[in-house]
Amino acid sequence: MGQPINEIQEELIEEFGLFEDWADKYEYLIDLGKKLAPMSDAFKTEDNVIKGCQSRVWLHAEKQGDLVVFQADSEAIIVKGMISMLIRVLSNHTPAEILAADLYFIEQIGMSQHLAQTRSNGLVSMVKQMQHYALAFS
Amino acid sequence: MAETLNIDQIRADFPVLHQQVNKAPLIYFDNAATTQKPKAVIDALSAYYEQDNANIHRGIHTLAERATTAYELTRKKLAAFLNAPSTDQIIFTSGTTAGINLVAQTFGRANVGKGDQIIVSNLEHHSNIVPWQMIAEEKGAEIKVIPVSDAGVLDIEAYKALLNPKVKLVAVNHVSNAIGTINPIVEIISLAHEVGAKVLIDGAQSVAHLAVDVQALDMDFFVFSAHKLFGPTGVGVLYGKRDLLESMPPYQGGGEMIKEVRFAGTTYNELPYKFEAGTPNIADVIAFGAALDYVQAIPSEALAAQEEALLAYATAKLQKIPGLRIVGTAPEKIAVISFVIDGVHPQDIGVLLDKFGIAIRTGHHCAQPLMQRYELVGTCRASFAFYNTFEEIDRFVLCLEKTLQMLG
Ligand SMILES: Cc1ncc(COP(=O)(O)O)c(C=O)c1O
Repeated sequence: MGQPINEIQEELIEEFGLFEDWADKYEYLIDLGKKLAPMSDAFKTEDNVIKGCQSRVWLHAEKQGDLVVFQADSEAIIVKGMISMLIRVLSNHTPAEILAADLYFIEQIGMSQHLAQTRSNGLVSMVKQMQHYALAFS
Repeated sequence: MAETLNIDQIRADFPVLHQQVNKAPLIYFDNAATTQKPKAVIDALSAYYEQDNANIHRGIHTLAERATTAYELTRKKLAAFLNAPSTDQIIFTSGTTAGINLVAQTFGRANVGKGDQIIVSNLEHHSNIVPWQMIAEEKGAEIKVIPVSDAGVLDIEAYKALLNPKVKLVAVNHVSNAIGTINPIVEIISLAHEVGAKVLIDGAQSVAHLAVDVQALDMDFFVFSAHKLFGPTGVGVLYGKRDLLESMPPYQGGGEMIKEVRFAGTTYNELPYKFEAGTPNIADVIAFGAALDYVQAIPSEALAAQEEALLAYATAKLQKIPGLRIVGTAPEKIAVISFVIDGVHPQDIGVLLDKFGIAIRTGHHCAQPLMQRYELVGTCRASFAFYNTFEEIDRFVLCLEKTLQMLG
C-alpha cells in the first residue's frame, strides 16, 4: 500500500507553505519540473499527446499489479512542474483511489490558475485523462 | 516640431489600465489580440442601455428612432473613416471572421468554381484560411499560397507567378497579427486586378495603426473587427465595392434583409440590409461610433510616431537579451514584436510574465502555417498601442530577464 493521496497532498501544501512570495513558489515548481523522472521516448507518441495544451504534453499510463503508474512529460517547464505534482499525488494508486481523488492541493498551494478553463490550458485535460485511464483500468 | 501625445492624459481615458495584476501594475502588451476601451466607449454602451434601448429600423416610436439614428450614425462615421463612396457599402458583421465567412459564402459560392484558384498568404490568420478552404473543398477549387521570407516579407515575385485567370480571389491581411509585417497591398491588389481576380483585405491588424482609404487602395473587400480598434467586441465591418455587393447572393436569411416575403418567393432588401439579417448588435455598434470619434481625435501623425518609437525602443532593448531572436523583421511593420528564446518554451515566459502583471500573448497566434514555415511551436508576442509607455517597456524587459533567470 502506497502513501494515501491526501497525505501526499498535505505534504505538498506544507512544502509550498514555506514560500512567501510567488517567485519562490515558481522556482520550486520549476525545480520539480526539472526533476521529473524522464519519460521514455517510446511513449512520446502522437497518441499520448494531451489535446488542448499550448505546449505539448504526453501522458502514458500502465497497470502494475493493482496500481496505475503514470509517466508524463511536457515541453514547457512550468507545466512539467505541475505534472510532476500530479504524478506524485496520483501515480501508484488504485483506479478507485484515483477516481475518488479530490485534488484540493492545487488551490491550496495557489496554483489553481493552472487549472483555469482557458483554451491554452491542458492541465484540466491532463487530470481528466489520468482519470480516464483509471476508469479504463478499474 | 510634430505634436507629441500626452500619454498620461490618454491613459486616464482607459480605466482598465489602472489596476494591479498579481500585485503589480498591469502592463498590457496584448493589443493585437484586443485593444482596451476608452471611457467614452464604455459610457456610450451604458448610456444606450439606460436611455435609448429599442429595436431599430422597424419601430416608429421615439426610442426606436433614437436607436436607429445612433446605429446608422456609426455607419456614416465608418464610411468617412474608410473613405467609402457610400454608407450602403458598410455592412455590419460580428467581426473579421464573420466578414470573411460572409464573402466566402456569397461571393465565393457564386464565383469560385471547379478548377478555380484562391490565393492566400503564408502569413494569414486561420480566419483568413479556413473559410477559403471550406469553399474550395466544396467547389473543387484550389488554394495557392504566397510564400513568406525568413524576415517575414511576402514574396511578390512568387505571387506574380501564381496569378493567372483561374484565380478568382486573393485573400491577404494588411498586417500580420503574428509578426507585424505590413504587406504591400497596393501592389497585391493591382496585380490581382490585372488577371481579373478580386481581393479581400483582412484589416483586423491594420485599422488601429494605419490609415485606410478603400477607394485610393482600390479595395474590393475590406474587413475588420471593432474590438481591435478600441471598440466593443461583437462588431465587425465589411466594406465592399457596390457592384460586387449587389451581385452577391444574400448570406443569412431572416428579418431586416428582406423587402417582401411571400411563400411564392421573397425579394431581398437593398444594401447594406441585404447582408444584415436579424436584430444586429445595436448597442455595440453605437459604442463603436464613440471609439471611432476617440481615435480620430488623436492626431494620427503623433499616434504613429508614438507607436514607431515604442517599437524601435523595445526592439533595441530586446535584441540585447542573450538567446533572444525576433521573429519577423520586415522593414515595414507595426508595433508588434514576436520573439523566441533559445531553449525556453514561450508558454513558460507568458506564465511568469503574468505573475509580474504583464500581459503578452504566447502560442501560435492562430497562424499555424506561419509557425510551421519557421519551424516554431509558437512565439511570445508583445503588441503595443499608443497608450503604452517606455517605462512599461523597461519593466517588461527587466521582468523578462528575471523570468529567464528563474527558468535558467
Ligand atoms: C489578422 C487577423 N485576422 C482575423 C482575425 C480574427 O478576428 P476576430 O476574431 O475579431 O473575428 C484576427 C484576430 O486575431 C487577426 O489578427
